[in-house]
Amino acid sequence: MYTYVSLIILFPLLGFLINGLFGSRIKSEKVSGIIGSAAVVLPFLVACGIFVEMLGLPAEERKHIVTVFEWIAAGSLSIPVAYQIDQLSILMTLVVTGVGSLIHIYSIGYMHGDRGFWRFFAYLNLFIFAMLNLVLSDNFLLMFLGWEGVGLCSYLLIGFWYDRNFEKSTTSDAAKKAFIVNRIGDFGFLLGMFLIFTTFGSLQFDSVFSQAAFFNKGNSVILWITLLLFVGATGKSAQIPLYIWLPDAMAGPTPVSALIHAATMVTAGIYMVARSSILFALAPDTMYIIAVVGAATAFFAATIGLVQNDIKKVLAYSTISQLGYMFLACGVGAFTAGLFHLMTHAFFKALLFLGAGAVIHAMHEEQDIQKMGGLKKYMPTTYKTFFVAALAISGIPPLSGFFSKDEILWKAFIDGSPILWVVGALTAGMTAFYMFRLVTLTFDGAERFDTHHLHPHEAPKTMTTPLVILAVLSVVGGLIGIPHSLGGGNQFEVFLEPVFEKAAMKMSLPYHDAAAAEYLLMAVSVAIAAGSISFARFVYLRRTDIAAGVAERFPGVHALLWNKYFVDEVYDAAIVMPIKKMSEVLLWKGVDVHVIDNTINTGSKFVGFLSEIFRRVQTGVAQTYALVFVAGILFVLGWLIVW
Amino acid sequence: MLSLLLFSPVIGIALLFFVNKEKAALIKSIGVGTAVLSFLISGVIYFFFSPGYTGLQFIEKQPWIEGLDISYFIGVDGLSILLVMLTTFLTPLALIASWESITVRLKEYVAMMLLLEVGMLGVFVSSDLFLFYIFWEAMLIPMYFIIGIWGGKDRIYAAVKFFLYTMAGSLLMLIAILWLANYASTLPGGRFTTNLLTLYTLAPSIPMDVQLWMFLAFALSFAIKVPLFPLHTWLPDAHVQAPTAGSVILAGVLLKMGTYGLVRFCLPLFPLASIHFTPLMSTLAVIGIVYGALVAMVQTDVKKLVAYSSVSHLGFVVLGIFSMTEEGMQGAMIQMINHGLSTGALFLLVGMIYDRRHTREISQFGGLARQMPVFATFFMIVTLSSIGLPSLNGFVGEFLILIGSFKSLFLGSVVYTVIAASGVIFSAVYMLWMYQRVFFGKLTNPANQTLLDLTRREVLVLVPIVVFIVWIGVYPRTFLTPSETASKQVVKVMEAAKVGVLPKADFSIK
Repeated sequence: MYTYVSLIILFPLLGFLINGLFGSRIKSEKVSGIIGSAAVVLPFLVACGIFVEMLGLPAEERKHIVTVFEWIAAGSLSIPVAYQIDQLSILMTLVVTGVGSLIHIYSIGYMHGDRGFWRFFAYLNLFIFAMLNLVLSDNFLLMFLGWEGVGLCSYLLIGFWYDRNFEKSTTSDAAKKAFIVNRIGDFGFLLGMFLIFTTFGSLQFDSVFSQAAFFNKGNSVILWITLLLFVGATGKSAQIPLYIWLPDAMAGPTPVSALIHAATMVTAGIYMVARSSILFALAPDTMYIIAVVGAATAFFAATIGLVQNDIKKVLAYSTISQLGYMFLACGVGAFTAGLFHLMTHAFFKALLFLGAGAVIHAMHEEQDIQKMGGLKKYMPTTYKTFFVAALAISGIPPLSGFFSKDEILWKAFIDGSPILWVVGALTAGMTAFYMFRLVTLTFDGAERFDTHHLHPHEAPKTMTTPLVILAVLSVVGGLIGIPHSLGGGNQFEVFLEPVFEKAAMKMSLPYHDAAAAEYLLMAVSVAIAAGSISFARFVYLRRTDIAAGVAERFPGVHALLWNKYFVDEVYDAAIVMPIKKMSEVLLWKGVDVHVIDNTINTGSKFVGFLSEIFRRVQTGVAQTYALVFVAGILFVLGWLIVW
Repeated sequence: MLSLLLFSPVIGIALLFFVNKEKAALIKSIGVGTAVLSFLISGVIYFFFSPGYTGLQFIEKQPWIEGLDISYFIGVDGLSILLVMLTTFLTPLALIASWESITVRLKEYVAMMLLLEVGMLGVFVSSDLFLFYIFWEAMLIPMYFIIGIWGGKDRIYAAVKFFLYTMAGSLLMLIAILWLANYASTLPGGRFTTNLLTLYTLAPSIPMDVQLWMFLAFALSFAIKVPLFPLHTWLPDAHVQAPTAGSVILAGVLLKMGTYGLVRFCLPLFPLASIHFTPLMSTLAVIGIVYGALVAMVQTDVKKLVAYSSVSHLGFVVLGIFSMTEEGMQGAMIQMINHGLSTGALFLLVGMIYDRRHTREISQFGGLARQMPVFATFFMIVTLSSIGLPSLNGFVGEFLILIGSFKSLFLGSVVYTVIAASGVIFSAVYMLWMYQRVFFGKLTNPANQTLLDLTRREVLVLVPIVVFIVWIGVYPRTFLTPSETASKQVVKVMEAAKVGVLPKADFSIK
């Protein structure tokens, strides 16, 4: 099966080309939708085949590289289009195509009747194509191709409804912001690649990582490489300080938010760090920064999520927060824990977004949860699945989120520091709180909308089926990673371990037996989650006055959170406006028009001025010429005689 | 064969003499037909071109002024073959694009375009400095008329500015050429010569103090053409005023003559001076990258925006050249082609909307994506190519240039690359912002609500360019291979010069 890896890449590309080139002529949503979905389902099946084959092989034979053709070559640089299949990339491929398939099928229902139906599927297929290049590439440059490619698709899909308004601006503003902020990250990625190339003479993973094994921990070049790569990761995976694009990315259709801005694309940064684990393991300072940035982002985004009223916005900040968890895990060296959370998060966050999409559909594009309420009797399937996902993300055992989140918290405590654990646990509490605030305000209580005009209804089968499947995965997805302390084998970690072997050797983290501390922390975090859930239910079901009271009591804090700490405004005033003003006033109208052009025009005027003087000599009067002629002769003669 | 190519456009001009100026369709057909013929001839040359061979191919040499060893000496090598192809590729497209927009003095217009093609091809194939200079100057004349007669409102100012700017640089180059030819005669066993191959062997050993001046004389002329910051201010004016086809050729081919000149003449003739001036040239290039991008960002006229973006893109090419690494040099070579395709296409696209609306003010547009989806799609693809999206052409060039300059020992500092790489952010800013304001949002301006999407003729012009945009992005080898040996050769000369090894004077070259 391994040799069929090219098919995984090829199907979505074909889907994109068919829908992109002929979509407007196909004219049938059914055909466009089926082509689009097949282009993702088929690669998923191939990936399953490869995965099964891989399980049958011993660990050291599981890696395989398939080279397709040489892409860019000049001087000592030679970059192939080549795909590497190993435990890590097959895991990512399964998540991307698996969750991707469900979201494609869901989209057939969600996008029904949209005039850009085929265009939507073309972009979605292109996204899958780029994402698969990102995770399957065997070198940094092809990965970068996927990296920028997913960014492009994100841009196209955020601005999919390009003539709509979004909050204070438009969808296209949000799209542009996403692309540009990502480009800032890519700038770091690019420089990181250059440094890798000059250090290792190659951009291929195998070559770079095997050479890296001979470097010492704390090497300053490696420090720079990892820092630059991490800048790239903060862009794509929405971490401080480049997270600002993700909340705005919600301007896109909801399936896009589920697929790109929750389950797959935004995890690219975590994948990249995990893929380059050996480099990061050599740079403890970078690891420390990653852990801190991850924890800070997790906490910071969760606080904003507490007060937002837009159903998608809450989920967006929640995504930023959960990505922070994954970076926290990577930062303390627990790469498998980070990836485990990446996978479970893909399940329950995709589910949450798709559920939100069903709600938004039912409410005729209303996204404000203050104007919802009581929806559970109208859309029971959506409610049940949404509830399950909320439990999962809150970390209630034995749902998937519990295992993955708990592993991160434990590793943060034991391999990082207790402070990281405290921040993580507080975030977990806030997460449980805002998730159940969301669930309660949306589905419980009385309707806060006009029931005479609005009749919400359950979504069609194409939409609910993916919800149910994702709900099942959100429940059982964690069972493959039950920790030893709970009597499990943690198959997930065992499976991925060979990928991080070298990194683990460099970090040489101590081995921990299940200790009393682990059980204690586990109990505490579950208690925090359960307590927060009950508190949220209590506040938003029974005592709705409390929330309003708190907001009134602390107007400053509330305003700060409600306005997302004014970060967008600060960036705008400190960076965007000055650059714009400088370019216009100083560079263009100043240097270009004033200094350079004036100098040149003055120069030519000076020549004109001189000519004006010399022109007078050319009087055209023959007598004057004769006079000057004679004077000249006399002068020359006189000169000769005297000299 | 090469002469046939060089003068094939003249066939069209000759035919035009016998055509009544009222017969517009016939005149256009002759123009396009001739340009296509030239393209086909260049295709044959490309087919028989052997990329592995160092040195000139398809050489033709006829003595011209024998006493001074000035000859009609032409040939192509890896440095020029793709630029020749670019010229013959863009000329017919530019002519087809102006099918309907040029209505006055059509016959003269077509003749000027064909004459321009001769000039451009001549510049790329000349292997004799005197011959090169003739073509270099001759090409100015048709361009001057194209801007001056068929241009916009301030066409005269723009045409004169264009002419004088370029002329000022060229005169110094002429002096330098004469000095160089004369210098050859002062050497033992030497004679006055403008044969480039002979001069390659003896110019590098010119004493440093003179060599610096020689370099500057040549480089100034080329830097104006590129244009390198701060010599770029003729460009926005010329572009905005020129008719669409003029802009396409101006950006697509003319600017490349500057960068081509740097690789063909400055580096190999004066390697020591080139190394000496590397910091200066690279600094100007890097300033140009960022400066061009920032100024492009705040333009209100789409065409001016594209013009300033050229300053930024060509800055990359110059940086690649002066990185003097194989990666950077190859990146520069392919980036010249890329810029010709992407910016050429952008000017074509801008021309298409100008033909419909007779304005290029960004604020006049908005929401065009709904009214003109095909146009919007083409514009998007070209925009992405221009901002260097991997899998499209622009990325290959930019990446090679940046990685080459990053590792370059001649530059000796990564600061150049770091600043240049910030150009990837700014290019996204100005292009996407412009795209957003033109195509996204609601279609509010009533003048835009009746716009028609692209015609078949317009699609026909764009499709070939898009094909190459994707081709170069996905499989750049096709376009990197022809210049590989030649780039290597230039880098080798520079590396040898760096350690003090210079070629020996050789007058035996025929």
